[in-house]
Amino acid sequence: MARQLIKGNEAMAEAAVRAGLEAYFGYPITPQSEILEHLSRRLPELGRAFVQAESEVAAINMVYGAACTGARVMSSSSSPGVSLMMEGISYIAGTEVPCVLINVMRGGPGLGNIAPAQGDYFQAVYGGGHGDYKVIALAPSTVQEAIDLTVLAFDLAEKYRSIVMILADGSLGQMMEPAELPELRPVVRKDWDWAVTGAIGRPRRILSSIYLEPHDEEVTNLRLLQRWFEIEQNEVRYKEYYLEDAEFVVVGFGTAGRVALSAVREARQMGLKVGLLRPVTVSPFPFAVLEQLSRRVQGFLVVEMNTGQMLNDVLLAVKGRAPVEFYGRPGGIVPFADDILTEIQRMVSSPLHVVSDPRKAWLERMLTVVR
Amino acid sequence: MVTVDAEIVKPENQVYCRPRSFTDFSTHYCPGCTHGVAHRLIAEVLDEMGVQEKTIGVAPVGCSVFAYNYFDVDFVEAAHGRAPAMATGIKRVLPDRVVFTYQGDGDLASIGMSEIMHAAGRGENITVIFINNAIYGMTGGQMAPTTLPGQKTTSSPLGRDVELQGYPLRMSEMIAKMDGAGYVVRRSLHDPANIRKAKKAIRTAFETQVRGLGFSMVELLSTCPTNWGISPVEALKWVEQNMVPVFPLGDFKVSSAVGDLRF
Repeated sequence: MARQLIKGNEAMAEAAVRAGLEAYFGYPITPQSEILEHLSRRLPELGRAFVQAESEVAAINMVYGAACTGARVMSSSSSPGVSLMMEGISYIAGTEVPCVLINVMRGGPGLGNIAPAQGDYFQAVYGGGHGDYKVIALAPSTVQEAIDLTVLAFDLAEKYRSIVMILADGSLGQMMEPAELPELRPVVRKDWDWAVTGAIGRPRRILSSIYLEPHDEEVTNLRLLQRWFEIEQNEVRYKEYYLEDAEFVVVGFGTAGRVALSAVREARQMGLKVGLLRPVTVSPFPFAVLEQLSRRVQGFLVVEMNTGQMLNDVLLAVKGRAPVEFYGRPGGIVPFADDILTEIQRMVSSPLHVVSDPRKAWLERMLTVVR
Repeated sequence: MVTVDAEIVKPENQVYCRPRSFTDFSTHYCPGCTHGVAHRLIAEVLDEMGVQEKTIGVAPVGCSVFAYNYFDVDFVEAAHGRAPAMATGIKRVLPDRVVFTYQGDGDLASIGMSEIMHAAGRGENITVIFINNAIYGMTGGQMAPTTLPGQKTTSSPLGRDVELQGYPLRMSEMIAKMDGAGYVVRRSLHDPANIRKAKKAIRTAFETQVRGLGFSMVELLSTCPTNWGISPVEALKWVEQNMVPVFPLGDFKVSSAVGDLRF
């Protein structure tokens, strides 16, 4: 397939179609509506199912029903809509059926705004819905990566009977870039031994998230955790840039990671030994590589479009072995590469200390420039 | 299927048996509750239509949360009120299967109001069995959206005061206004004659779905002797004397195509 200029949201939607998406259920919300719009035309054209639901609550429960049949299904939304989906997400996790969700994050909390943000990291990585469960969360930083990860998401969802969330943001959803889409895969309805399809020539099946006996629920919780450890073992993905001889490491995911890469390249041109670690799976998080780095580098700078969420996971990996600094732009602001470069320069030129919460020093600096 | 011992009753003399679409399982329902009657009518209809293997049920949250234990068909268990959305997801992917939800009044008329109205509005080709017993059973007898004016519940201890707590919702009448609805009727389970009418309605609802004639719903007035605080026999009378006047029995929507059905 040739490269073409394509918008992030449409790219993810079309990538899902080509990965064998059989049914989509969604609700309009900016800045992800192009996903819904693209699929409203594309899926019926291919004889597949598309429903514009009455709410995100209904959409996720339609996904839940369709996922129980073993079909490749998905929904997409943006931050406030994903909050509404949390009920269904918990049920889907508890029932252990696969689905793909896309969150094109925007500024929050509340109605917030429609500008790009990364404030839903905690919600995606640490759950958001009730009960003990985890979802796989993939964070693309380019349109091409958004396409590739969307395709991967369906395979991972089926492999682990898990929810896979694409954690994108408004800038990625709205930007146009040259990218290559995969070939259209034929829809293959797999004969899963758990799917509810009508008990034709076999004993009936029940799919439920109820385990009324606490013992059964405990066993289920332990099974989910076991599977999660398997996912942690097999599926951690990240990108390394200039890390071989790096003395300082910037850590950022998605759009923040992409902007940080520009800053790191500029720093390299200035002779600074700085590298970038960009988690691609923010859940499972690349703890091991950060732990290794923390034994040899002089400091970390975490860059996010929020007030410091992934920062917690970096601190957990580094465990005080090296100083960790933070730079964030919350509320719908995308940092400039120059801003991050300034932070890199400050980090390499001033003495650093291990502190319990790097956000406090960052907030003090922020309050002098943002009022 | 549980057959009667042929040594005791010869097959030609057998007049009653467990429907094939039932599992061999004792229900958890209270004595005098009509859920068991409603379940049996559905199972008999699935048997008679020969669609047991093609059927997928969607269980609600409420007293019938464990409905999936009693039907020998594939089942999923929905979140509270979301059964019509879940059924939509299943039916859109497997349009040739028979998909039904079984929902109580709290599930369908309160927390699931949005999902049921929009499923009907879309003309979703599913069948809904709506059990209206004017109370929340599983959580212990709180006021439901269908609780009658003046009816005492654990959350309307002085009786439902319509000035403060509003009026009961008549779901069949509302849903019948939807263009997408093909068949919407209310029946009652308070005596054998009405039970027979209820079964015919359930059959018509499933036939509506199988023939692709749109959304179908049968509302069944039902008892809850435990939470009403009366005996099973009194409960049947209470349905007739108190519920039927507020929730009149009848056909609220029978599209012309459904009206022409012969089976």
